[in-house]
Amino acid sequence: MDAQAMHIANGIVNGPVSAVFVVFAVAVLAICVWKARADLDDRLAPMAGLVAAFIFAVQMLNFQVLPGVSGHLLGGTLAVILVGPWVGALCVSTVLIVQCLLFADGGLTAIGLNITNMALLGTAAGYLLVAGLLRILPKTPGGLGATAFIASVVSVVVASQGFVLEYALGGTTDLSLPWISGTMAGTHVLIGIGEGLIAATTVATVARVRPDLVYALRRFRKPVVLEEVAA
Amino acid sequence: MGAGHAHPLYLDRAGRVHRLAPEVKIVAVLLFTIVVVVTPPTRFWAFAGYALLIAVLAATARVPAFWLLKRATIELPFVLLAVVLPFAGHGERVEWLGLSLSIEGLHGAWNIFAKGTLGVLASLLLAATTTMRDLILGLDRLRVPSVFTQIATFMLRYIDVLADDARRMRIARLSRGYDPRFLWQVKAFAVGVGSLFLRSYERGERVYLAMVSRGYTGRLPQPAHDRAPARQWAMSAALPLASAGIAVAAAVLT
Repeated sequence: MDAQAMHIANGIVNGPVSAVFVVFAVAVLAICVWKARADLDDRLAPMAGLVAAFIFAVQMLNFQVLPGVSGHLLGGTLAVILVGPWVGALCVSTVLIVQCLLFADGGLTAIGLNITNMALLGTAAGYLLVAGLLRILPKTPGGLGATAFIASVVSVVVASQGFVLEYALGGTTDLSLPWISGTMAGTHVLIGIGEGLIAATTVATVARVRPDLVYALRRFRKPVVLEEVAA
Repeated sequence: MGAGHAHPLYLDRAGRVHRLAPEVKIVAVLLFTIVVVVTPPTRFWAFAGYALLIAVLAATARVPAFWLLKRATIELPFVLLAVVLPFAGHGERVEWLGLSLSIEGLHGAWNIFAKGTLGVLASLLLAATTTMRDLILGLDRLRVPSVFTQIATFMLRYIDVLADDARRMRIARLSRGYDPRFLWQVKAFAVGVGSLFLRSYERGERVYLAMVSRGYTGRLPQPAHDRAPARQWAMSAALPLASAGIAVAAAVLT
């Protein structure tokens, strides 16, 4: 059943595998909570909330990619660039949990699978790519936009392949794995391009006007030397 | 903005459900949703039972049915997706009014529609009887890590900020002679999405700084005395217990 391209519904992957992934997701989120405490300062707290609200709004846009197959934006890469990997993963998870409880979007028993794919795999892939690409590309709004675009496309496809792995471990119906893998990857390249465009325009605007808000650029910022300012 | 601190879904009534402690209501709705979700979609009359429970609850909470149904249209975009399923599904097919529909797809569509609607109605009732502050307070008392409640607090608060700012920008475009036609609005939206984000951030930052300057430390201040008494837990347990009863009865009888 491809109709809910991203959110896995109840009963598609069997119970034991779902339970294993719930444990996995909770363990990784615990690490994120622990790591995020150090990150969450005066500037990042409202940003994290806004990023979550933004992702929430953006996930409501469902693309009709192919007949019967739709998907939506994930926002993991956007979160990684603006609030960092730990808080970013928490933002996406918060959105997923609220959507699952309030809108029954994605099965409650599949919440571990969905968090693993979209909040953990997607943001992890996005973060690694962003960190790598920013070493090569210029640290300008344009370079950051290009980074956001590439990282979005790849992270969405990686997240979709997470489903293929889970399906291989505990799928309940009999479908050929290469076929699922191909369909998921093909669909999600298209979703990724849409997501990449939105992420790139947003991030480029923020980097142009308020570069101090971009988490991914923090490492490259030169510390202000007081003597120079005084002179 | 600036109009009060209740969210748009809150309905100010002096009902019995309004006075329940928030953590009690959250747990009850959560358990109810779990029971609904794990019910196999083919046990049709179990879903009728759940709908009846919701109706009784709405009457107890003095939330008018029309108010509830009007707000339940929020799920329409999600349900529209389900309409496609019977046409796109695989497997055995039935003929209906000259249309070839997949049985598996029909069940899938019913599954999404029934569970989605019941989930939305239950959460709407929670939202109608609980203020935003109480919701967050309830989550906090349920020992949810404060990073999560903090993100969730700001997320809920900023959804309104985002929507308001999007509306303001649209009005600004309109008043400068912009003429939106069906699909071309998408272009203006795409161009404006970055500035929408920044405007909302700066508005949100002011909200946050105002909160910090009034003593916000990541947790909302809570009065020490009003923990939920056991009586309230017992009262609200009626909802999950009744729905579990229906689910078990449906499993035994069919």
